[in-house]
Amino acid sequence: MIQGVQIDLISAERLDKLTMMEKIHLILDEVMEGNIVVLEKGLAPEEQSKLIEVTMREISPDGFAGIEMETYPVKEAQGGFLGKLFGGRRPETRLTVIGPANQLKTLRKDKDLISAWVSSSR
Amino acid sequence: MAFFVNTRKKISRFLKAFFRKRTSRLGIYGPPNAGKTTLANRIVRDWVGDAVGPVSEIPHETRRVRRKENITITGQNGSSVTFDIVDTPGVTTKIDYNEFMEYGLEKEEAIKRAREATEGVAEAMHWLREDIDGVIYVLDATQDPFQQVNIMLVGIIESRNLPVLIVANKTDLPDASPARIKSAFPQHPVIPVSGLEGTNVEELYEKMTEYFG
Repeated sequence: MIQGVQIDLISAERLDKLTMMEKIHLILDEVMEGNIVVLEKGLAPEEQSKLIEVTMREISPDGFAGIEMETYPVKEAQGGFLGKLFGGRRPETRLTVIGPANQLKTLRKDKDLISAWVSSSR
Repeated sequence: MAFFVNTRKKISRFLKAFFRKRTSRLGIYGPPNAGKTTLANRIVRDWVGDAVGPVSEIPHETRRVRRKENITITGQNGSSVTFDIVDTPGVTTKIDYNEFMEYGLEKEEAIKRAREATEGVAEAMHWLREDIDGVIYVLDATQDPFQQVNIMLVGIIESRNLPVLIVANKTDLPDASPARIKSAFPQHPVIPVSGLEGTNVEELYEKMTEYFG
């Protein structure tokens, strides 16, 4: 039997097909199993807010302690001519790593590098 | 297009607030132990002569959203703003009861605190999406502001187009660096204060009348 930590890399295409709650449950179900989830495209602010809320409702003593999450700084996407005219540049969500708080620790992070340490013991 | 969407949201929020005839709600948000309740108590004591809630060095002393109604702040130029102040639990993505035991709490008490804290954070996030009209985001100026939870929370607040003032709190401590907070959030006004000693709160009040009025 293979031992270790499972890492799920979820494509932007797959994420785009899911509703907000489907994304949140996909992430939390994996993380509560002890897996690490890497999202090719991060979550929108509304989704992040809901993820924190739902995570809080799943935390239990001697069980799930919550999530650790890291993402690159938000990039301002070019909004085209009209976007520039009206100042409407929408932020672009970026690659995000999410894991169980008791297993995933970020060692180093800067604008283009996330170094993470993952423990297999829970 | 974003300009029209933002304008529509602002008009909609204004009309909603007008027809409901309710005072605007000012949320005090930030990570655990940033001094949110100490600052809320300072604001309420200065303008109403009361307090919002107890404070302690143990994280998550505030575990339920607390509200103090009808606070009116008047600036030096005579302009004033009236709001309900909403003190919230420190926002985090993880809570481990063992952390509370390091502060001397018994296991049962620590578990109870953890349960209440998780409910409080969930409630605070819900309020941010539904009921908050402006935010004072409080950070401990001795800590690294570039933490994921801060970046995420400020992003959520920005996405809702809520006016936000960032407070670099605990300037009474020798390691405090408001400049580090300014460099982390250059897009928002940062006001260095000591909620504990009341240092520079006049500037905060002045900004509050400008920003939330």
